[in-house]
Amino acid sequence: MSDIATMTDANLAFVQRAPIAPMRPPLTEAGAIGWLRKNLFSSLFNVVLTLLCALLVVWIVPPMVKFLIVDAVWDGATRIDCLPSPQRPEVGACWAFVIERLGFFTYGFYPFEERWRVDLFFALLAVGIVWLAWLNAPARGLAAINFFVVVPILSYILLLGWPAIGLPRVETTQWGGVLVTIVVAWVGIVVSLPLGILLALGRRSRLPAVRLFSVIFIEFVRGVPLITVLFMASVMLPLFVPDTWSPDKLLRALVGVALFASAYMAEVVRAGLQAMPKGQYEAAMAVGLSYWQMMRLIILPQALKITIPNIVNSYVALFKDTTLVFIVGIFDFLRAIEAARIDPQWATPVTSTTGYAFAAIFYFICCYAMSRYARYVEARLAAGDRR
Amino acid sequence: MTVIDTRGPDSGKPRVPLIYNPKVRGIAFQVLLCALIAFLVWEAVSNAADNLARAKVAAGFDFWNHTAGFDISQTLIEYSTASTYGRAFWVGLLNTLLVAGLGIVFATILGFIVGIARLSTNWLVSKVASVYVELIRNLPLLLQLLFWYNAVLKALPEMRDSLVIPGGGFLNNRGLFLPQPTFHHQALATLIAIGLGVALAIAFVVWAKRRQIRTGRQSPVFTVAMFFVVVLPGAVFALTGFPVEFMFPEKGRFNIRGGIEVLPEFMALLFGLVVYTAAFIAEVVRAGILSVSKGQTEAAYSLGLRPRPTLRLVIIPQAMRVIIPPLTNQYLNLTKNSSLAVAVGYPDLVQVFAGTVLNQTGQAVEVIVITMAVYLIISLVTSFLMNLYNRRVMLVER
Repeated sequence: MSDIATMTDANLAFVQRAPIAPMRPPLTEAGAIGWLRKNLFSSLFNVVLTLLCALLVVWIVPPMVKFLIVDAVWDGATRIDCLPSPQRPEVGACWAFVIERLGFFTYGFYPFEERWRVDLFFALLAVGIVWLAWLNAPARGLAAINFFVVVPILSYILLLGWPAIGLPRVETTQWGGVLVTIVVAWVGIVVSLPLGILLALGRRSRLPAVRLFSVIFIEFVRGVPLITVLFMASVMLPLFVPDTWSPDKLLRALVGVALFASAYMAEVVRAGLQAMPKGQYEAAMAVGLSYWQMMRLIILPQALKITIPNIVNSYVALFKDTTLVFIVGIFDFLRAIEAARIDPQWATPVTSTTGYAFAAIFYFICCYAMSRYARYVEARLAAGDRR
Repeated sequence: MTVIDTRGPDSGKPRVPLIYNPKVRGIAFQVLLCALIAFLVWEAVSNAADNLARAKVAAGFDFWNHTAGFDISQTLIEYSTASTYGRAFWVGLLNTLLVAGLGIVFATILGFIVGIARLSTNWLVSKVASVYVELIRNLPLLLQLLFWYNAVLKALPEMRDSLVIPGGGFLNNRGLFLPQPTFHHQALATLIAIGLGVALAIAFVVWAKRRQIRTGRQSPVFTVAMFFVVVLPGAVFALTGFPVEFMFPEKGRFNIRGGIEVLPEFMALLFGLVVYTAAFIAEVVRAGILSVSKGQTEAAYSLGLRPRPTLRLVIIPQAMRVIIPPLTNQYLNLTKNSSLAVAVGYPDLVQVFAGTVLNQTGQAVEVIVITMAVYLIISLVTSFLMNLYNRRVMLVER
């Protein structure tokens, strides 16, 4: 070994004894420039696309930031503060208007001294949702009962009132704003899941009459727009019941939304049921479980588990659809915005845009949070199947 | 106890009480269910009859031929205040179909572009597309419509200061005014040429495909088809001396005369529907393309196909199979969502018929039933047609 080494040393003029330090990658391939070349300017077509998109971004984003934040009016008591003046020639979003009307947007015409009840309702609901949605929460079995049974009963008493225990009655005509939006969405959520499961089971039942009625209901409701269902609920429902009943206006809309959501939920659950391997059904029957035992103990727990992301996504759709109750005259959040926006007290050129921007932020936060949650659950459920 | 006693010596299986017999239970349950539903329906109908009789509301469809007496801002067929409720129904239905048809075309184009853009290797393009999809999908359509209508279109300049569109159009807070083309009777030749061109193009495509299957030789299908569909009618149009005349809108002091008037309600509704549905279509397209595994592309390349034919012959046909069913759903959603027209005051079926006609006649049951039936029929026909197409695409699969 050393012989060869000395020999080669003697014959050669130069021997590299230490490894050469690796060459730095070409500037055009690594670092910021490399990234830009690879991701933005890889071909002529991409250069053009990048420039067009950059133009689009420059055209939209800076004016939006300018309107919503830089030029925005944050404090002010009247519309005068949001009008263009010599000191402030360009007026952005009039947040002062939103701040002043925040109570109206949240509670509608709910009596001022009773608003704590609405706050308590929001708190109850928030606790219920967090308990249910937090996958590592203690006693999660109780969370579902709490969310689908306890909270609804408590909220009903709390919001509508019960004079016997000292809560004066507040008619639903006085409810409004975010309160109504949350109530409609939540009733839809609470009713649509059990009803949807029943309809999905009915649609896959062996009994022809059950299947027929389920299919007719689901396909009928899914075939017509929500508005017509709401029209039907608000105009025809009072006709269908004895005239002594005359259901409350909000209740009619709730019935419409709940039925509509159930039909869509049924299809979501059915997809989950169909995804179950047939062996699961056969194994359950082989150990002698009855139909309901099989569904309750074997099929539904697995089917619902894999459908959770889709269920949450259909809740997002439901939450967006609650805005439609506005059209049948329910005073929801969007309607409150519409009413405040055309109120002459705050009439300025920017009031409408500000109101819509505020509504957009509210709906976006709610819906985006729900869809993120769906994706998180999906990823967590997929963890078990990853190899 | 009696159960055991009555077990006959000749029957091998144990007798079970009727209540535990699954068949009997099934039938009993179904009879109960039918009885319950029949009871509910009967109750509803008799209540409705009572309530309507007490409110002295006429029943039946006689109102169809009564004079409507209200005006509609956009009519595709002849309509006046002297027309009947039936006529108003058709006007509303055509308006719904117009906005839904145009919406489907534009939403498909925009949706495919955005869906492909989201998969682009270009970082900026895919980010812009993602932000668009996330933002639009998480905002209620009604809010978007109100925003476009009240905050954008109604904030446009007044009639006096109309924005001038190059080519002779005007845009202001009362709508979009465009030149209206009038065709002379010589234009009929062009129409015939278009029909002939399309027929020839189809014939050529069929012939070329047969020849390729028989002999393996390819033909310049695209070029020849384009020649038949575009160049031929264009040449005929030029030869007959461009038989078209444009009627330009003229701006007066308070109004604009002539030309085509596009209502701001229509623009807001169409724009809102297209932007909203395109975000959903983009997701459908993205999922469809992602569903084709990478091995398909690699297999096509190793067979010697170039990127373009790979996309056209291998990727797209397989992606379409996944895309078509949810795409149909989006089309139906768009059609149903067009009923939100009522919020911006575009005279669609719901606004005209379930709104004005219902209020005037008070015949809630009949009007709502007709309205729902129309949407149901549209839904059923669309899903029937799409299922036919889907089956044809599906046949490729083994």
